Amino acid sequence: MPKRTKAGTEHELVAALRAGDERAFMELVDRYGPSMLRLARSFVSSQAVAEEVVQETWLGVLRGLDRFEERSSLKTWIFRILANVARTKGERESRSLPFSSLEQAGSDEPAVDPSRFDAGGAWNSPPASWEDVPEDRLLSRETLGSIDAAIAMLPPAQRTVITLRDVNGWSSDEVCNVLDISETNQRVLLHRARSKVRRALEAQLSGG
Amino acid sequence: MARELSCRELVQLVTDYLEDALSRRDRKRFERHIAVCDGCTAHLAQMRRTILATGMLTEEQIPEGARRDLVAAFRDWKASGA
Repeated sequence: MPKRTKAGTEHELVAALRAGDERAFMELVDRYGPSMLRLARSFVSSQAVAEEVVQETWLGVLRGLDRFEERSSLKTWIFRILANVARTKGERESRSLPFSSLEQAGSDEPAVDPSRFDAGGAWNSPPASWEDVPEDRLLSRETLGSIDAAIAMLPPAQRTVITLRDVNGWSSDEVCNVLDISETNQRVLLHRARSKVRRALEAQLSGG
Repeated sequence: MARELSCRELVQLVTDYLEDALSRRDRKRFERHIAVCDGCTAHLAQMRRTILATGMLTEEQIPEGARRDLVAAFRDWKASGA
């Protein structure tokens, strides 16, 4: 019996969709819907518009299904459609993401407040160890709330990348592919985003 | 031997380090510094815990109305003889 590889099951899923299997479609909606909504939210200004983007994406998926050649994964294909729909809407709202202009920006944005280092670049105000912070405090509703708030404050490109990588658990390959950005650019955005979230957590956790 | 990294330089490289994107030489410099610096060790641990906690954020749910609309859209699509 042939081994059921990931590609194999995905091929079967695509075939089921093409054959009009409603359950397969709704399974896909439930699997990717939440991440799609989050990604859409980083391109457009409101939850309502983000929900529209997700709906339009699914319609685009249905329309394009016959042309999908399975050269990329189904997931990547769906999210590329989503990114296109969301970008178009974001541009209409003049909230488009300056992904392409970021390449030149370099990684000079400091990850840590420069005043925490002395003239030679050594810590003069070193970070506290979080070893003693219990897991249930780190993962408390309050702490997660401050992470969520910090992510919401990020510039859109940084917010998108940290959402896909650290919230949704995507690989860097997937993120680069869906957003059409280079590995380097992706890492710069991720580093800036994580650094800001860390700062927010530091402020929260040192608050006693 | 390459010049040692300062703490200020090291914090800029944490994501590259975690993503395994540093050159072998820079990776060695990074690890040599971490081995002797409590501040940077704590910083790296903070970044790791930040990533861990961020991964615990829950994803948003698709509203039930939107889900119903999609079932309808799928049936339309199917009926249109695709």
